[in-house]
Amino acid sequence: MTDTRTTTGLDAIAAMFDRAKAEGRSAFLPYVPVGYPDYESSLDAVEALAALDVDGFEIGMPFSDPLADGPTIQEATQIALENGTTIRSCLEAVRALRSKGLQQPMLMMGYLNPMLAYGTEAFVHDVKAAGADGLIIPDLPPEEAHLFAESCAREGLALIFFLAPTSNEERIKLVAERASGFIYVVSVTGVTGARRDLPPDLVDYINRLRAHTDVPLVMGFGISTPDHARQVNKLLDGFIVASALIRASKQGIDPMRELAASIRQAIEPGG
Amino acid sequence: MISQIPYGSADVPDSRGYFGEFGGRFVPETLVPALDELTVAYREAMADPAFQNSLLDLQRTYTGRPTPITFAARLTEKLGGARIYLKREDLAHTGAHKINNALGQALLAQRMGKQRVVAETGAGQHGVASATASALLGLDCHVYMGSVDMARQQPNVFRMKLLGAEVIPVESGTKTLKDAINEAIRDWVTNVRETFYLLGSALGPHPYPMIVRDFQSVIGIEARQQMLDDVGRLPDVCIACVGGGSNAIGLFHAFREDEQVDLIGVEAGGHGVLSGEHAARFADPSMGRPGVLQGTRSYVLQNADGQIMNTHSVSAGLDYASVGPEHAYLRQTERAFYTLATDEEALEAFQTLCKLEGIIPALESSHAVAEVIKRAPTMPKDSIMLVNLSGRGDKDLGTVMKELKLEI
Repeated sequence: MTDTRTTTGLDAIAAMFDRAKAEGRSAFLPYVPVGYPDYESSLDAVEALAALDVDGFEIGMPFSDPLADGPTIQEATQIALENGTTIRSCLEAVRALRSKGLQQPMLMMGYLNPMLAYGTEAFVHDVKAAGADGLIIPDLPPEEAHLFAESCAREGLALIFFLAPTSNEERIKLVAERASGFIYVVSVTGVTGARRDLPPDLVDYINRLRAHTDVPLVMGFGISTPDHARQVNKLLDGFIVASALIRASKQGIDPMRELAASIRQAIEPGG
Repeated sequence: MISQIPYGSADVPDSRGYFGEFGGRFVPETLVPALDELTVAYREAMADPAFQNSLLDLQRTYTGRPTPITFAARLTEKLGGARIYLKREDLAHTGAHKINNALGQALLAQRMGKQRVVAETGAGQHGVASATASALLGLDCHVYMGSVDMARQQPNVFRMKLLGAEVIPVESGTKTLKDAINEAIRDWVTNVRETFYLLGSALGPHPYPMIVRDFQSVIGIEARQQMLDDVGRLPDVCIACVGGGSNAIGLFHAFREDEQVDLIGVEAGGHGVLSGEHAARFADPSMGRPGVLQGTRSYVLQNADGQIMNTHSVSAGLDYASVGPEHAYLRQTERAFYTLATDEEALEAFQTLCKLEGIIPALESSHAVAEVIKRAPTMPKDSIMLVNLSGRGDKDLGTVMKELKLEI
């Protein structure tokens, strides 16, 4: 059994936001790096999180030189590479999760070069075939997106672009025009990593983006605690938690599950 | 003797930063506005005679430009072929060509009102040049350097500290130049609003490969005129070592339209291509393929999965998994040719130049000299080779003593 869902990736992602909105909250998308701490454990982590009714997943594919990532994800990807994790094994993980009945959208996150080595057409085809719903490529700005845009559109996959606090009106308009699925909103200037506080001017920042687009906005970088989740809840259509979960998972799957559960609880109405 | 630094005269890169199919801008979105801002500021600066004059004045009164060309009489005699001329970038202030670009970019940082400068360094020459330019202009300089490189280039670490720079050891990855660039980019993405990234080679996202080339092009502009003035004609061959490729592109650029002049870049062959321990991006088709690393599309040493390979060279400045995109373009269009020299050949060339010419070359530059030693004997006696002696070798004495098992 493989992917039993009948919708395209884009539809599945849209349905994810619709459901969260109907429940009066943001969508919660945890990041799980395949192959960390080992292949089986990363699959277990996705299943444990799915059981908490998270809304979707960012599935991390390792790269030797992750220049948008801070120390936590750097270390995790290094370990994943030492464990022999490749694009193929990441897609195999997605296929295995779908065959176990996982329903949530999954977006493949990775850097460009391994995808180029795989072949962009073949990669997009195999991502779709494995049952994933979109691509997140931090070193692919919209100017270079022609490498993937056509094949993603053909396969119904979302190709996610980023906006950052440094993005000016021109950039916001460009990304809004080309966006599919959602826009990944970087919370701060910086690399990924758990942080103590979210930036104070969050509302102004999001309003600035909202003025130009009604594409769903998903925030990442630094969202680490239930309190952060409460701050971004409803302000954004969704949020990604990565480094904080990886840090927690160093102590085992239970602390990771507990953190995720407390974040999930925090965005429930009245949570 | 140089009236203006060229800008906008070359047909590459295009407006998106492409040299043919190489180059471009593959960076996180956070950096895109900063690169746009840099592109505009650079264009305005180069069109401003006051900026040009500041840089030309510093080149003359501070760097000591023009650097001379030296006829290597004894080396020529020993090899028995082409007449060999050395472009003496080792005589530039700080001992290498890196100062040409560092001064240009530091002036640009100052003009843009960016007080904080970050830089990466491999051999330490770019770090020293950045620290020097920052001291001169009163900028706050932070240099990322792999801990492996810090160990093998200790004198340069000390120099940077004396010059007031903070040297930040990089412990990630292979702890060499590539990892230092990753960390410098991470710093830049974090502090982008007040920070200028002073990139040291003809690498990285657009506009850096163009900016570095333009600021280094003074090497070839001077050398070309010096050949005409002193020797009466252009050389038959220009040779330079290629790590990221800034000294080579700086030499080659002025000769690009002189079709009779062969341009030859020399990569680091390390322990030999078959050993897998090298930094010869063009010479090893099993590992060196087009790809994207650190913001630019070029030849990259990578495994079948697209993961970046570890590299090896006895010279830290050539020990890098990718190469400047314009070199990939010059190779593809067959305007330039690329070969390699092994560690052993470079060390041999190092000693030869010391003994025959009284010049201690950098180990990087020794790779170019190694190609001269191979090629000169095959050429007629009335032919001329011009080699870029990109830096001096004082920084490498520890490495050479260790490699040759010498004691004082």
